[in-house]
Amino acid sequence: MRVRVCVCVCVRACVCVCVCVCCQMRFLLLFSRQGKLRLQKWFTAMSDRERKKIIREMTTMVLARQPRSSNFLQWKDLKIIYKRYASLYFCLGVEAQENELLALEIIHRYVELLDKYFGNVCELDIIFNFEKAYFILDEFLMGGEIQETSKQTVNRCIEASDMLQETMEEYMSKPAF
Amino acid sequence: MALKIVKGSIDRMFDKNLQDLVRGIRNHKEDEAKYISTCIDEIKQELKQDNIAVKANAVCKLTYLQMLGYDVSWAAFNIVEVMSSSKFTYKRIGYLAASQCFHESTDVIMLTTNQIRKDLSSPNQYDTGVALTGLSCFVTPDLARDLANDIMTLMSHTKPYIRKKAVLIMYKVFLKYPESLRPAFPRLKEKLEDPDPGVQSAAVNVICELARRNPKNYLSLAPLFFKLMTSSTNNWVLIKIIKLFGALTPLEPRLGKKLIEPLTNLIHRIYLFFSQILHHLSAITLVCFSWLIAFLFFITVLISLSSGMPNHSASIQLCVQKLRILIEDSDQNLKYLGLLAMSKILKTHPKSVQSHKDLILQCLDDKDESIRLRALDLLYGMVSKKNLMEIVKKLMLHVDKAEGTTYRDELLTKIIDICSQSNYQYITNFEWYISILVELTRLEGTRHGHLIASQMLDVAIRVKAIRVFAVAQMATLLDNAHMLTGNTQRNGICEVLYAAAWICGEFSEHLENPMETLEAMLRPKVATLPGHIQAVYVQNAAKLFATVLKSQEGNTDSTTAQEASQLMIDRLPLFVQSANLEVQERASCILQLVKYIQKLQQKDVEVSEEVCALFAGELNPVAPKAQKKVPIPDGLDLDAWINEPPSESESEDEQPKAIFSKEEPKHSRPRHTEVDEKELARRREARKQEQANNPFYIKASPSSQKVYQETPGVEHIPVVQIDLSVPLKVPGLPMSDQYVKLEEERRQKERAEKKKKDKKKRKEKRSGRGKKHDSGPESEEDITPAHMVDIVTEEMPENALPSDDDERDPADPHKKSSKHKKKKQKREKEDKEKKKKKKHHHHHHHHGDKGGEESVQNGTVEEEEPLPRRLISVMLTFIFLFYSFDRKAYDIQGNLQDGSQVVVSVIFENKCDSFLKSMEFNVLDSLNSKLQRPEGSGPHDSLTIPFQLPPGVSNEARFVFTVQSIIMPQKLKGTLTFIVKNEESSTHEKLDFKLHFTCTSYLITTPCYSDAFAKLLESGDLKSSSIRLEGVNMPFHHLLARICFHHHFSVVERIDSCASMYSRSIQGHHVCLLVKISSQTVSVDAKCDEPTLLGNVLDEIKQTFSQC
Repeated sequence: MRVRVCVCVCVRACVCVCVCVCCQMRFLLLFSRQGKLRLQKWFTAMSDRERKKIIREMTTMVLARQPRSSNFLQWKDLKIIYKRYASLYFCLGVEAQENELLALEIIHRYVELLDKYFGNVCELDIIFNFEKAYFILDEFLMGGEIQETSKQTVNRCIEASDMLQETMEEYMSKPAF
Repeated sequence: MALKIVKGSIDRMFDKNLQDLVRGIRNHKEDEAKYISTCIDEIKQELKQDNIAVKANAVCKLTYLQMLGYDVSWAAFNIVEVMSSSKFTYKRIGYLAASQCFHESTDVIMLTTNQIRKDLSSPNQYDTGVALTGLSCFVTPDLARDLANDIMTLMSHTKPYIRKKAVLIMYKVFLKYPESLRPAFPRLKEKLEDPDPGVQSAAVNVICELARRNPKNYLSLAPLFFKLMTSSTNNWVLIKIIKLFGALTPLEPRLGKKLIEPLTNLIHRIYLFFSQILHHLSAITLVCFSWLIAFLFFITVLISLSSGMPNHSASIQLCVQKLRILIEDSDQNLKYLGLLAMSKILKTHPKSVQSHKDLILQCLDDKDESIRLRALDLLYGMVSKKNLMEIVKKLMLHVDKAEGTTYRDELLTKIIDICSQSNYQYITNFEWYISILVELTRLEGTRHGHLIASQMLDVAIRVKAIRVFAVAQMATLLDNAHMLTGNTQRNGICEVLYAAAWICGEFSEHLENPMETLEAMLRPKVATLPGHIQAVYVQNAAKLFATVLKSQEGNTDSTTAQEASQLMIDRLPLFVQSANLEVQERASCILQLVKYIQKLQQKDVEVSEEVCALFAGELNPVAPKAQKKVPIPDGLDLDAWINEPPSESESEDEQPKAIFSKEEPKHSRPRHTEVDEKELARRREARKQEQANNPFYIKASPSSQKVYQETPGVEHIPVVQIDLSVPLKVPGLPMSDQYVKLEEERRQKERAEKKKKDKKKRKEKRSGRGKKHDSGPESEEDITPAHMVDIVTEEMPENALPSDDDERDPADPHKKSSKHKKKKQKREKEDKEKKKKKKHHHHHHHHGDKGGEESVQNGTVEEEEPLPRRLISVMLTFIFLFYSFDRKAYDIQGNLQDGSQVVVSVIFENKCDSFLKSMEFNVLDSLNSKLQRPEGSGPHDSLTIPFQLPPGVSNEARFVFTVQSIIMPQKLKGTLTFIVKNEESSTHEKLDFKLHFTCTSYLITTPCYSDAFAKLLESGDLKSSSIRLEGVNMPFHHLLARICFHHHFSVVERIDSCASMYSRSIQGHHVCLLVKISSQTVSVDAKCDEPTLLGNVLDEIKQTFSQC
């Protein structure tokens, strides 16, 4: 009996540390050159106010960067890694221990996945099919961790679940009764 | 019913789908808000319909609007409805909306539990997958508790797609519901060996995350991870595992050794991986750096492995050199990564990074702020006495240029951090520092006013010599207070006035014109300052008032004193009305007091003494070890509990440990800590009851005043006069620059003086300075503080026990334990006495003392007594037999005087944990050399060393030997006996050693002119001899430097690869060398009037070169 109690204390102590720092990726934001948000993914639960504050700070910080600067920023205790693809900025907030280059690679992989799915992706694709962009992201990352490193596997999963989904056209053509 | 359905399907035709919404928003750029509000109304209508397809469409649109920043929390229930749809199409949209909109405080989450459970057990893997993905975003403690079991079952699902997601989400569940960790862990561990690589990598991810937070609990998994590391084909997993080992190795040093081999095998793979990433990063040129990046990655791991490997400083050195290439590259990302890695190395190997100061300073000018911030971080670790002013000057320039308050605030804190680090160790001129602080007050809108204020207070309190200057500066600050208070953006800077007022009040005796300052402190504008600052103003006005009265004491004309009282009475009512209680209370109290004093003044009563008594008492810093010195009264057991502790907790057994480990370093080198500052403040507070505020605690200042725009420029520096010995005042330069110039001049002058002295005393050639031996600290010592700043004047309790290391008499051999400090004192003493002194070069060989080996050390000569004697370096070899428990490093300093006397100074360092006492030094005399013993003692008596050595302390003792013939080298055997005392017992121990007097040690570096040299050679009474050195692989000038350094020669003339050298022995023998080099062979032809001496010297030269 006594032993069990001790172990519980131990586990709890370990988790106390865990709660304050959650997962390696905190958020991923996509926004345009004008600062318009195109996609947001929060890997930790946050209130709307906090989210809006972070979005505001990120857009101003990243858009204020001079061309040919490094892709890394320090913001509070997070590392902000951003990269611009055409008119779209991809901005990833990770924990301080993470490797910057790996974070850049995560962004790049996501862009590659989008590219594969939409076929030469552009900002408009993401605007009009934003839910698809989310679905792809959900297959690639989950809870702030990389879920699948293989691009083929991710694509296969997306295709398979798209097969299950009826398209808008089907929906329109189907009788409602 | 049928009608309704038909109506629904017709409506649907006109429904906007998501694409329509997006298009619409883009078309209504001018009145977006209006358009969206009509859209939201439509959506509300759609949500009211029964048709799930319509609802799903509406929810999809809402998700988009949520991203644009509109509140959609009102639709939470509808989202749940869509989530529970049986169709995957709608379910997917529902879960997406939930994951975007829900957070922990969303109350409908409670309703989802059963729906999610149903979806988790759905036969369709994509239903389950969608539910898991959604759950990962909005899992709450309640959901985690309720669903933990279901997810755990999913971890053994047949489909790897589900297993992978279940494993990943388990981490989130652990965070929200820690109790689930224990039952789930065995299964999680199984997943490390899952056949599917995706599941495997998910498990590695989760366990690595868990382990990184609490590595200790996961040490047992090390073998499993080791296996994975060697077998895994996934680079992402590999990197995770390597990182995990980085966290584990400090706990288990044996791991480090085991890892080296697999890591070296992996370098190539990691390198390829990084090169791929760099390739994506646009530039193809970057790819050639990928090996460096891989290297970098390993450095960070290596550093954590380093605890297990002592001999890696060379590889670190190499790393730093390679990093330099990265930082110098034009690519900003590489630069950033290089600096980042540099700062990681700085933590463990500051020395190797310090040499790249130039590069780091360059990075400060980079246009990229991220890089500048990284460079700032690095600077902290690389300041020294020599470059502090230069670096800070550079930073000050940046402060002026900086745009954006964040970066400027960062700069400000860094400047203060850099200057104040390790007890102001690097500051040689405190006047300069004060003026830097004053300059910093010009900063507009900084948050860190309190930082500057606390620094001002700290320096003024602790550095007595600076008080006059500080008070003058603070008085001008007070006088120009409007400059600071005018700026209200964030109003942090007015905190400085708090410090200014306090310093002016407390040290008012140094004020030149207290009456003026008093007037400045009581200006009506002061009432606009934050309350806590006003309170300090009022209190210190009273102190000033007391000073004015005192200065007017005995003066027949009492008008000034009366004016002062009148001023107080006139102005204080303003503060009596203050809304701040503290200000009000103090003001009314002091007002009444002054009124009473005025009455007495009118009756011509002398009151100043009584008034001054209100604020009597001197303020002294308290030594950090003061508490330790108070003997514990009898019968008091500090370890006994006053109350029994309520329960067992970790903090209990940690506390005594922490105290113990702190004590040890303090013993050898007293150091101030922040805690002591507070303690000091607390005592002071107790002494002066009126000082109700802690001077180091400054509250936030909420007040707001009118905006005063200050134009940046020299005229606006609120510093008007420097009444100290500042002969040089460059107009148009901020004043701290003057100090930099002054300091440079001062150092130059010192250098010049030293050179002059050196010449006069015919000292050793500078080129002989052993650059490769400890040149760092040596150049540091060349800088002497501008004034005797007594930072460590500390108050000791009255009943403190006496201790050796408090004594300061430079003539006393019981000097400061630290070698460095001792030398500084010596230098100070020299400067003070202005005696003819000469300083010799100082160098040590530090051969690693690996248990019982020979340690060779080069001695130096430093004259201690101001005797006009000749100095000679003696090189001694100390052969030491080490006790296994008692490692000692010995430093020998030799001193040869009058041709027949040698002074050997030995530094004793106690490296064991016990106390050493009653040390006795004895040498077995030879016919030729004898240890000089005090009169009356026999030829075999030993000398008592006049000090004791606590653990970790070193001290120096000198012994004089009489030498008759110097033509032969000789060894003297000796013993050192001492008592080792530790807590349990004390034992008597003995160490044997040998003193090696080489022939070169009797040589003195003497400059010789080439004509005199030629004459000497021509005279013909010199015997010649020669040697050849084979395989010498070093540049000629190095070779010469080596001979100069080790054998005390000076170069007379050098022509190409041929040089003539000269030296003289203490007994006046001339030694001349002709050194020639051809390919790798060096021939040395030598002449001397004493052939035996010459032979021995040549042998020793040969030996020197055979060792390298």
